[in-house]
Amino acid sequence: MKVIVHFTSTLQNRLRTGHFVKRRHFLTTPAVRIVEVGPRDGLQNELVTLSVQDRAQLIRMLTSAGCSYIEAGSFVSPKWVPQMADTEQVFQELIHLPRHTTLAALVPNLRGLEQALRCTRVDEIAIFAAASETFSQRNINCSIAESLERFRPVIETAAQHSWPVRGYVSCAIACPYEGTISSAQVAMVTRKLFEMGCYQVSLGDTIGVGTPFETKRLLQEFSGQEKKQIAVHFHDTYGQGLVNILVSLEQGITTIDSSVAGLGGCPYAKGASGNVATEDVVYMLHGMGIETGIDLTKLVGAAEFICALLGKPTRSKVGAAIAATRSI
Amino acid sequence: MRGITPFTSQLQKRLRTGHFVRRRLTTPAVRMVEVGPRDGLQNELVTLSVQDRAQFIRMLASAGCSYIEAGSFVSPKWVPQMADTEQVFQELENLPRTTTLVALVPNLRGLEQAPSRVNEIAIFAAASETFSQKNINCSITESLERFRPVLEMAAQKQLPVRGYVSCAIACPYEGAISSAQVATVTRKLFEMGCCQVSLGDTIGVGTPYETKRLLQEFSDEEKKQIAVHFHDTYGQGLVNILVSLEQGITTIDSSVAGLGGCPYAKGASGNVATEDVLYMLHGMGLETGIDLMKLVDAAEFICALLGKPTRSKVGAAIAATRSI
Repeated sequence: MKVIVHFTSTLQNRLRTGHFVKRRHFLTTPAVRIVEVGPRDGLQNELVTLSVQDRAQLIRMLTSAGCSYIEAGSFVSPKWVPQMADTEQVFQELIHLPRHTTLAALVPNLRGLEQALRCTRVDEIAIFAAASETFSQRNINCSIAESLERFRPVIETAAQHSWPVRGYVSCAIACPYEGTISSAQVAMVTRKLFEMGCYQVSLGDTIGVGTPFETKRLLQEFSGQEKKQIAVHFHDTYGQGLVNILVSLEQGITTIDSSVAGLGGCPYAKGASGNVATEDVVYMLHGMGIETGIDLTKLVGAAEFICALLGKPTRSKVGAAIAATRSI
Repeated sequence: MRGITPFTSQLQKRLRTGHFVRRRLTTPAVRMVEVGPRDGLQNELVTLSVQDRAQFIRMLASAGCSYIEAGSFVSPKWVPQMADTEQVFQELENLPRTTTLVALVPNLRGLEQAPSRVNEIAIFAAASETFSQKNINCSITESLERFRPVLEMAAQKQLPVRGYVSCAIACPYEGAISSAQVATVTRKLFEMGCCQVSLGDTIGVGTPYETKRLLQEFSDEEKKQIAVHFHDTYGQGLVNILVSLEQGITTIDSSVAGLGGCPYAKGASGNVATEDVLYMLHGMGLETGIDLMKLVDAAEFICALLGKPTRSKVGAAIAATRSI
C-alpha cells in the first residue's frame, strides 16, 4: 500500500506532537501527567525476569520518550517477586539519569525502605493499601487498619528524607473475593492515606471490572480539591481501561497510571489483560489535544525493546497498528 | 483462586442481565448491529463452510442478537469468504423472524439473487474520493448513482436499506476527512432512501475529539437514524462509542470476538468486539437484549473454527477465569 505515504506522515505528526489539526481543548485540562508503571507493576507481573541492565535500559528509553514519572522498581523479597530482585542495582545504574525524570520505588515495609535509603537515586516512594478487608488479609495477612499502621513508620522515615510518598488503593471498584466495594469505603482508605502524609493516591481497579458507571460513582465521592491529588490506575482486563480513563478526565482527574506495551497481565485471570497500555492512552490524549510530554513514536520504540526481551508481542493496539503499517 | 466464588457469581449475573446494582438509565436501550458474520468473516483468512456460517448465526440469534449482517452478495473471486451466501440464507430460512438478517449488496445482481430470508440490504459509499476510486474504481457520485436502481428494486421488494459510509473520520490515502463532507454523503444516502446510515472509522484512527466533531454535524433527528461503526485499530473503539452515546447515537455496529482485522494494517485490530461493547453498555445499565455469556459461546465456536484466539478482552478474561 505504497500510496498511504501521505496519510502516514499525518499520522506520524499526530503521534509525535499530539495534533492532527489544531483544536480547542476537548476537556478543561490542557495537560495530563502519565505515571509509567511498566518497569515495576508491568515487569513484576511478567513471567520472565530481566537483567539489571535491561531494566535500566528500558527506563532510559522511557525517559528519552518523555516519561517524566517512572516507577522503576520495588524493594520486595526476591523470594516472592524474583522479577524485582536487584532493584537496588537498577537504581544504581540510573544515578546519572537527568533529574527532571522522577524515579519512584514501591516499598512494602520498613526493610524495603532501608534498601531504598541505600540508593542515591530513589526520588519518591510508594506504599499501598486495599479497600477490601478480605483482599488485605489474603494479600498481606492483616487488616486494612493494621496495614496502614505498619506503613506509618515508613512514611515518617520517608518524610525525614524529604521523599514524597504516593499511596495505592487496590480494589477501588471491586475485589476478587468480596465483589463490589463501596465508594465510601474507598474514600475512607484514601483519606486515611492523605492524612498519614501521602501527597497523591492512585485508585486501582485491580481486576479491571469497572465501567464508566462505577468510575463516575467512585470519583463523585471526592471533592474537586481532593481529585487534584488522586490518580487512576485502570486495568484493561475487560477492555474498559480507556473508557474509564476518559470518564476520569471528565471528572477532573489529571494523573493517569499506565504501563508501556500493556506490560503486566492480570494476576487474577491468567492470560487476560492487566494494565492499560500507555501508548493507547497517549494516542487518545493527544487526539484530544491534551499534552503529555511523551513522544509516542519513541515510546513505541521502548515497547518494542522490552517486548523483544520478554519474547512476546505488545498488548498495545497502537503498538500493533504501528508495527503493521511499518511492515507495508 | 478458589475463593473468588462470591465475586464470580456477581460477575456472571452482570454478564447475563447487565446489572451489578440497580441504576438509573440515561438511554433505555441501544441497538446492536452484529457484523461478525459478514464484515468480520470477510476479513479473516479462513473461508468457512455454509453450515458453519449458518450455525454461527444461529448461535448469535440465540444469544439475543436481533440484527445480524449475515453475508454479502459479492463475487467469490474477490471475496471467497463470502461465496455461497445464498445458501447461508437458505439454511437460515426457519430462523425466527424476530432476528433481522441483512445482506451487503454491492450491485443490482447481488440483490436479484437475494433469497427470501434476507430482511434488509446494505449498500455503501465512501466519504473520500480517493478511497472510492481505489476501492471501486469510480467517484463517490458515480457510486451513489450505481446504487439508485438497487434502492429502487429494494423498495419494490419492501426491503429496508442500510447505508455505510467509509472513511467517516480519515482515509488511508487522503488523511483527515471533513465532517461536512461526511454529512453530505450521509444525507445523500438518506435522500436516496436509506433508513439508516452507519458511519465507519475505516482505519480506526479516530479519538473522542474527531467523533464528537463528526456527530455534531448532524441534528438530533438525523442522529436517530445514524449508527456508528468504529474500528479498534488504535484501541479507540470503546471510547468513540461512549462519546457517540453521549452525542445521542443509539445504534452501534460491532463484531463478535472482534472478527475482521484491519485490511489497511495487516496484523492490527479491526472491528470492535461486541462482547467488550456489551460489557460496557450493561455496566452502564443500558439494555441490549443480548446475553453476554451466550455471545461468548458463539465467539468460542467461531474462533475454534478459525484457529485463532478471540480479540475480545472480555472473552479472554472469561476464558481465563474459567480455567481457574
